[in-house]
Amino acid sequence: MKNLTTRLLMISIVTVTFFSACKPKNLNNAVSGDAAAKAYVAPGKYDEYYNFLSGGFSGQMSVYGLPSGRLLRVIPVFSVDPEKGYGYSEETKPMLNTSHGMVPWDDLHHPELSQTNGEVDGRWIFGNANNTPRVARIDLKTFRTAEIIELPNSAGNHSSPFITENTEYVVAGTRFSVPGDNENGDVPINTYKKNFKGYISFISVGKEDGKMDIAFQLKCPGVNFDLSHAGKAKSHGWFFFSCYNTEQANTLLEVNASQRDKDFIMAVNWKKAEEYLKAGKGKKEIVKYAHNYYNEKSHTAISEMRHEVTILDTKELKDICYFIPCPKSPHGCDVDPTGEYIVGSGKLAALIPVFSFDKIQKAIADKAFEGEFDGIPVIKYDAALYGEVKKPGLGPLHTEFDGKGNAYTSFFVSSEVVKWNIKDLKVLDRVPTYYSVGHLCIPGGDSRKPSPKYMIAYNKITKDRYLPTGPELAQSAQLFDISGDKMQLILDFPTIGEPHYAQAIPAELIKNNSVKFFKIEENTNPYVSQGEGNTKVVRTGKKIDVYMTAIRSHFSPDNIEGVKLGDEVYFHVTNLEQDWDVPHGFAVKGAVNSELLIMPGETQTLKWVPDRVGMFPMYCTDFCSALHQEMQGYIRVSPAGSNVPLTFSTGTNLPKEEAAAKK
Amino acid sequence: MKKLFAICIISAFMSACGGKTSETDEPSTGESSIEKTSDGNPSYDPKRGTGKFTSVDINPKLDVSLADSGSAIFSVKCGSCHKLTGEKLVGPGWKGVTSRYSAVWIMNFITNTDEMLNKDPKAQAQLEICLVRMPNQNLSDNNARSLYEFMRQNDGVK
Repeated sequence: MKNLTTRLLMISIVTVTFFSACKPKNLNNAVSGDAAAKAYVAPGKYDEYYNFLSGGFSGQMSVYGLPSGRLLRVIPVFSVDPEKGYGYSEETKPMLNTSHGMVPWDDLHHPELSQTNGEVDGRWIFGNANNTPRVARIDLKTFRTAEIIELPNSAGNHSSPFITENTEYVVAGTRFSVPGDNENGDVPINTYKKNFKGYISFISVGKEDGKMDIAFQLKCPGVNFDLSHAGKAKSHGWFFFSCYNTEQANTLLEVNASQRDKDFIMAVNWKKAEEYLKAGKGKKEIVKYAHNYYNEKSHTAISEMRHEVTILDTKELKDICYFIPCPKSPHGCDVDPTGEYIVGSGKLAALIPVFSFDKIQKAIADKAFEGEFDGIPVIKYDAALYGEVKKPGLGPLHTEFDGKGNAYTSFFVSSEVVKWNIKDLKVLDRVPTYYSVGHLCIPGGDSRKPSPKYMIAYNKITKDRYLPTGPELAQSAQLFDISGDKMQLILDFPTIGEPHYAQAIPAELIKNNSVKFFKIEENTNPYVSQGEGNTKVVRTGKKIDVYMTAIRSHFSPDNIEGVKLGDEVYFHVTNLEQDWDVPHGFAVKGAVNSELLIMPGETQTLKWVPDRVGMFPMYCTDFCSALHQEMQGYIRVSPAGSNVPLTFSTGTNLPKEEAAAKK
Repeated sequence: MKKLFAICIISAFMSACGGKTSETDEPSTGESSIEKTSDGNPSYDPKRGTGKFTSVDINPKLDVSLADSGSAIFSVKCGSCHKLTGEKLVGPGWKGVTSRYSAVWIMNFITNTDEMLNKDPKAQAQLEICLVRMPNQNLSDNNARSLYEFMRQNDGVK
């Protein structure tokens, strides 16, 4: 209670500070006294929603509870995570394999939940790698990365991983246009217009197992593809991509890609593309890309290199792609829950254009084109436009929907969120954000069925919102209650990395499916020890395999002798626990990689190459019981030519006198 | 004034969130004989313990195949901490366990470990000796029965 009082008091102080210091545009929307209660989740109680945030340059995805803003988990996706052994254990290393070899880092911008009938279903969440183009699928039963597929012909996979309404496809549009992988890339950079192309990948997703496969790629004009969203309901079968740099500049884009009054939204008829594919109009090209898959039974990832992709050339194959002019370097490209309205957000614009799916269809039928861009028809702006939201703010970025006929658009330049009505295009409310908001999230806000209780704004600048922590501050999210007519700020919470896009989903759709432990009987890892009686140490030349078990609170074996300098030791540790939330950790002195964190019923392997003769301790890193600090052992390393025999034991390697006394 | 407001909020939460807690979430009180068991029995039967089992069908003659499957489960899920002799390792040795406890108590203990450790006097007495809570190893009913048969075999039943 004291806490709550203090918290309320602080909020009132903060409020006062804001009134005097920052002069918010709308005083009614500053923090009010009941904000703490609205964001309060009592100790031991669950949040209502899961909120999945992109980790940006951390390469990971973070999971928060709403409305509390509690950090629940950081899921390693594209970057190594020594805490979890991800990318360090022999079993997880293949997950980060690419055609360039092992890549330990990437930049994850957009999480996207799987959908069934246009509604979030809580099965998987996808994430994009922006630097070395890849798409990951995370299994929401385990909250672990289950699969990663690399994208050929691609650079800066930004307009990704948005999905169609039954998760038929995940798309990936290249931000950087480049010469195709199969073409000569050794050309002058200033031949962009001639040699550079934009590729959009349609990745099919297995209905039951979620397995990803590149079904086809669309070869498109060379521009920058930024964001995208699938049509839904009536517009199912179409996909919409925002494009900038239609100037096709290759240098100083800040100036040179901001010349034209309008860039494009590209409408893609993917059902038509499927028809062409079926009719054999695709061209197979030799490329190279990795496909990595994690098997939850063997607890092992497998990486395989693939060498072929099917390309559909949209210049030759008519009626797949159409350009729609859209003001000023559009970023967000968002489709409302009915599927009729497509909202483009030109980040240098001072208005929001809303396009009509019906009008786009009619314009295509009537050939209401103003010309072509690199072989693709350009629909007349007015023929596609439903209307414009006039003077909403500066620099619209992204729009989410509440399913009640309203849209919420973030404004980076004027640092605010604006709520407006889709039908009459009138602004209804606006709130300031602190500071410079990027994306927004309403649970299910890009689906056919939003759950409009909360909205979260992910801000690019933190500045004075938190206690100073040196030059770098945690980035910030702000939670708004949107259940009433007016948006109300109720909570700030810090985030990991940089939150770009985010998704949220009612907790009920995920929490009951969560795996609590892996059944030890089903563990098919080739190095599993099914019980302590099966533990052993095997030498094969200079390779030593330690088949080890962990249970509260000892390792078996915990004394190993006969390892020699020059040996490579593989610790295959099986956690014999069969209960929720009892991982064991494993660390050995001098290991140049990381620890292992082994879930109940799982086997994970750490490679260790001793670099000197001596005694090497190993221990459990994850507090497991009252005798956790006793969970330790030793490995004796002898010189290369030593004749110390290879021995291993648990509890029996006693001093000679004691052993004799025991007998 | 602020304080009063806070109190109002808290009481609102207390009434709104005061849902039921599940049996296993209840904190250990250390007392057991007067509590209700999960199936609503008014008094605690220390011979039965607490759990789903109220009786166990036992043939005087050993079921060898059942004991064999119990032995296999023992080696994966139990053998890290229990010896088959009377010697304590992490937990107590198994020799004589079937004469120290009733069959139904053992079945309840190995399938409902957390609640038993929270409530049962004999289980708590063992915890005071071993100081490591026995892990819940998620045994099925059949697993538990097999293990009990293996314990009988270990105690000399033929």
